[in-house]
Amino acid sequence: MESRAPAKLTNILLGLVAPLVLALAFTTLILVAVGASPWEAYWNILLGAFESPEKIADVLAACVPLTLCGVGMCITFTAGQWNVGVEGQIILGAIFATWVALNLDLPQASMLAAMLLAGMLGGALWGALAGLLKAFGRVHEIFGGLGLNYVAQSLSIWLIFNPWKPADGATMSGTDPFPDAAWMPKLAHLRVAPLAVIIALVAVGVVAFLLRGTRWGLELKAMGKNFRSASLIGVPATWRMLTAFAACGALAGLAGAIRCSARYGRMIPDISGGQGYLALLLALLVAYRPLWVPFVALFFAAVGVGSPRLELNMHLDSALGGVIRAAVVLAVMMVGGWRALFARRRGQKALAAGPPTATEGEVA
Amino acid sequence: METSFLVQTLASVVASSTPVVLASIGETISEKSGVTNLSLDGSIALSAMTGFAVAFLTGSVWLGMGAAMLVGALVASIVAYASISLGLEQVAVGFVLTMLCADLADFLGNDFVRKPGPTMPHAPVPFLSEIPILGPILFNHSWVVYISILAVAASWWWIYKTQPGLKLRGVGERPESAFARGVDVKAVRYLYTALGGALVGLAGASYSLSIKLGWSHGHTSGIGWIALAIVIFGGWHPGRVLGGSYLFGLLKALGSILQRNPAFSSVPTQVFSSAPFALMIFALLLVHNEGVDRLLALLPARLGRQLDRAIRGRPPAALGKTFTQD
Repeated sequence: MESRAPAKLTNILLGLVAPLVLALAFTTLILVAVGASPWEAYWNILLGAFESPEKIADVLAACVPLTLCGVGMCITFTAGQWNVGVEGQIILGAIFATWVALNLDLPQASMLAAMLLAGMLGGALWGALAGLLKAFGRVHEIFGGLGLNYVAQSLSIWLIFNPWKPADGATMSGTDPFPDAAWMPKLAHLRVAPLAVIIALVAVGVVAFLLRGTRWGLELKAMGKNFRSASLIGVPATWRMLTAFAACGALAGLAGAIRCSARYGRMIPDISGGQGYLALLLALLVAYRPLWVPFVALFFAAVGVGSPRLELNMHLDSALGGVIRAAVVLAVMMVGGWRALFARRRGQKALAAGPPTATEGEVA
Repeated sequence: METSFLVQTLASVVASSTPVVLASIGETISEKSGVTNLSLDGSIALSAMTGFAVAFLTGSVWLGMGAAMLVGALVASIVAYASISLGLEQVAVGFVLTMLCADLADFLGNDFVRKPGPTMPHAPVPFLSEIPILGPILFNHSWVVYISILAVAASWWWIYKTQPGLKLRGVGERPESAFARGVDVKAVRYLYTALGGALVGLAGASYSLSIKLGWSHGHTSGIGWIALAIVIFGGWHPGRVLGGSYLFGLLKALGSILQRNPAFSSVPTQVFSSAPFALMIFALLLVHNEGVDRLLALLPARLGRQLDRAIRGRPPAALGKTFTQD
């Protein structure tokens, strides 16, 4: 471990500002290369995200699924698992919630509760499936999860084109709109549902508590560090791994249910919209610390909501937003690596010069 | 009639499997040296876009291929630098690069979407292409198809039959011993990771210049993950990786034949598009499953061992591990 006590400011500068500058330098270079004005591009993204209460509400709404999936992935990463299947878990959550919305006739409060619970169940089952494939089929969770993402995508399209086909014919725009009771209420004319934001914040707190303050969290951490040793000291590692997958899946499924209830009011083929992969980047960026997730989610969501403006105003592809996000994550990793490298070098020098007291910074 | 249909299908399987063959053989080479380049899905997209864009702008398919190989090697080198020199987790860096490259390809490729451009010329091999059945299946394609098969043969020979190949395997299996014998472990890993990356880049170029012409959003999506899975399925052996790629291509072709069958007309095409990934899970289940272990245990011991060796491979022992030479 690195010593954190001295020079907190330097830490913040090196750990946060340096990677941001590095990532923006990279995207600036890219923008210059295609002959666009970098300042104009960044300004457009910023305006696109914050210029009006409507946009700010959109950013908040976009934070919700990212936060839910991000804290979910903090659980699986803590357990040492690469849960790449979050995308599919979102879809399954949305599918289960849609089934409730289309088939049950309930008053709004119980309808929403039933949809959210069904979403969690669907996501948890799909997450556990990736865990089962790993535990009993020895299929690495990256491949299991990815494969299941594509299967879930197909399943949702099949449902939209067959049993859930709208009366006037199936299209890629999705099912018929849900009955009113299945729409999550929004704040005035804005597109953010306060309930969804509250759920996301509660999830952050719950996951932070579970990972830090419970035996379950401690055991996940132990098996994340060393699966075999954890089983040897009596942690039921396989079972714990399955619960981690299911817990993350439940949070992703919740995100899926919220997306179809609060955002679209129907089931659409692209209900996950890449949120699962984005959340994976997010979890890597915060190094699996749940309390940081909402802040980075805010940044990711702002870039996501702001970048479509690039297409409208500058005829640039909005994929620039994705480039910025991924570049920031890569830069944070690289800067972390460089700092550890320099710490090691210093340690070696100290070792050569004096008594062997140097500790080296090891990167997890 | 029947045979010509079969020959045609097999020929199209050989052609359409080319990107997977190139990408998975490139990844095999990287992984043999101990480095997992997980960025495949993104670097194939970026190199496919680059290859097409350069060929479009210069009018030269060969320059496009060269540029794509450069991009592939560059991305692989970032993975190599992060893992070999900085000791970062390969999978994490590779995943971030997957996302970065895919978005970069979409952003930079915006001007080239759905434009007609140059294509790799069709080049039947003289004499060989006239052999009945085998000729049209193997020797009646564009250049990159022959390159892919040659790349597999060459890498098999290099890895298993030459002195440098022995070093490569040593570095991936037991880096400490290789180092003790004077092999520069880090340099060898850098070299083969970049070389493998160049082949991945060529896979991208073969896609946009020969198989699925041009560039559009999500043009190559998913192919990198399939290639990564085939490396495992093929047990890190070039020959079996080639076989795995073709088997996969064949199953995909069967899928599209089924799809054209009127009995399946009610099934939306998107369902068929996910079949390869379900297949990927099944393939990995098959090579790793304990049930298969039990079946093999029923056979006479020697036959069981041989069969086991024939259908599955072992990853290089030092795959994904950082090597510190102090």
